[in-house]
Amino acid sequence: GGPGEGSVVEDGAPPAPERVLFPPTFSVSEIKNKQRRHFMFLRWKQQQRKEKLAAKKKRRKEREALGDKAPPKAIPKTIENQRVYDETTVDPNDEEVAFDEATDEFAPYFNRQTVPKILITTSDRPRGRTVRFCEQLSTVIPNSHVYYRRGLALKRIIPQCIARDFTDLIVINEDRNVPNGLVLSHLPDGPTAHFRMSSVRLRKEIKRKGKEPTEHVPEVILNNFTTRLGHSVGRMFASLFPHDPQFIGRQVATFHNQRDYIFFRFHRYIFKSEKKVGIQELGPRFTLKLRSLQKGTFDSKFGEYEWIHKRREMDTSRRKFHL
Amino acid sequence: SPQVVWDTLGNRQFCSYKITTKTQNFCRNEYNLTGLCNRSSCPLANSQYATIREEKGRCYLYMKTIERAAFPRRLWERVLLSKNYEKALEEIDENLIYWPRFIRHKCKQRFTKITQYLIRIRKLTLKRQRKLVPLRRKIERREKRREEKALVAAQLDNAIEKELLERLKQDTYGDIYNFPIHAFDKALQQQEAESESESEAEKEEEEDEDVDKREFVEADSDLSDFEDMDKLETSSEEEQEEEAEVEKKAKNSKSKGKTPLKGPARRKRPYIEIEYEEETEPSTKTKAA
Repeated sequence: GGPGEGSVVEDGAPPAPERVLFPPTFSVSEIKNKQRRHFMFLRWKQQQRKEKLAAKKKRRKEREALGDKAPPKAIPKTIENQRVYDETTVDPNDEEVAFDEATDEFAPYFNRQTVPKILITTSDRPRGRTVRFCEQLSTVIPNSHVYYRRGLALKRIIPQCIARDFTDLIVINEDRNVPNGLVLSHLPDGPTAHFRMSSVRLRKEIKRKGKEPTEHVPEVILNNFTTRLGHSVGRMFASLFPHDPQFIGRQVATFHNQRDYIFFRFHRYIFKSEKKVGIQELGPRFTLKLRSLQKGTFDSKFGEYEWIHKRREMDTSRRKFHL
Repeated sequence: SPQVVWDTLGNRQFCSYKITTKTQNFCRNEYNLTGLCNRSSCPLANSQYATIREEKGRCYLYMKTIERAAFPRRLWERVLLSKNYEKALEEIDENLIYWPRFIRHKCKQRFTKITQYLIRIRKLTLKRQRKLVPLRRKIERREKRREEKALVAAQLDNAIEKELLERLKQDTYGDIYNFPIHAFDKALQQQEAESESESEAEKEEEEDEDVDKREFVEADSDLSDFEDMDKLETSSEEEQEEEAEVEKKAKNSKSKGKTPLKGPARRKRPYIEIEYEEETEPSTKTKAA
């Protein structure tokens, strides 16, 4: 008989594993009979699990036996640990980046020359949810105004905004009564970022007992913006808020980047002791995913794109992130 | 003959162009003038018939006469109508002179409707068009799943709390929050650093003495810490109700937005600790010196 025949010849009653000797080149996938193959696979899996358990026990015993001299526990692999190293990661001491940031479009903001003034608008014919979301967003971002767009072309709005001293323009795109896109444009010919927005929660949908955000200027937390691209996006977000937060208000707006998803949260914090702080979520929350970053202001046809998310090229690896 | 055609197709037997709904019958034939399935609007059941159709923005008048009924290829005669609305109406009248009133009237009506919608198309193309981008189901699902996992991995609350505590440590808040234990620890660490640097130059015994002294100092202050804390806590228990009331007032007033006034009143422990700080800090400093 052939390699697998020892098992086939048996009458359906499975042989005990000790009795049957499989040749070393045998693999479970070679059995043609599906039922039998499935059964053998399950048995193989059980064996693997047993071995794994035994190995674990042994390791634990060894660790206990060694006591203090045991080697430190192995760090479990996470996606963040295994992240493919991005060569554009910004080193905190990088001079070139520092110089770039001193001379880019946000320099006037960071030098306290300009005060942010933000215009929030939507796509045509916004539905109720989007309208409410815009209002809440305008309470979160100080010095912001909501204007309805009645069929006006963005290209014509932008020069008017610049004339009226607006520094930023936010356009919330909605689809089927749900906001799903955000275009953030820094106005005096600044970069334009286009995001896909998801899981938008209005204030009444958040489970919390906080009151509305007050008029105080919130602090800003930007987490995890490591690469060069992430830095520019982070600066864009930072330039939305006035530079001097009012600590009395105890409000904080967080943009947290995790695996290319930017989570926005708005909290009120209180320090219970110097080791403990309590936070209470007010304000809307949403997640953004960057789709494209354009050098000038919003221009879909002739714009110069600094970065576009190309699905085929960029989504190939699960451990590679761009922000 | 047309009557026979109507009797079979229209009324009784099957006509493939006919669509029936609950209230009406429609005719799908592209030469139909009104779109309904009627004896007078059926192009198959009328030997003399005319329609208006538009192709690429130009309107044509199609006519069918009984003389050409035997020649299907030449059956429908087509006339291009002028772009000018009134002129086109006149042309319709000319071509359909001596034709039954119904067909003439319906042709003009149809022509009007067609020109109106052509005008609207031209206007709309000048405005901004909404571009429909199809969603890809797999990709949407993937993105959603990845977002959930990223949310779990982010541990947002912890990250925010950590960041806030970091900022507190680095004194970005300045003098607003007075946590004396924190400051005390800092002072202690400074003392330890100074005494360590001194003891490195001296012998070990002296180091030990210094260590003992230091420990003694710390223990003493710690005890005094706890004593005071206990006293204050007991006193605070008595005053708890008042403070609770104060807190409630604070919360109520905060709801009206007067946070700056009630800020320090909300936190009872720091308030108490401030008193303690003024008493003992100078004493510890003298001991160390």
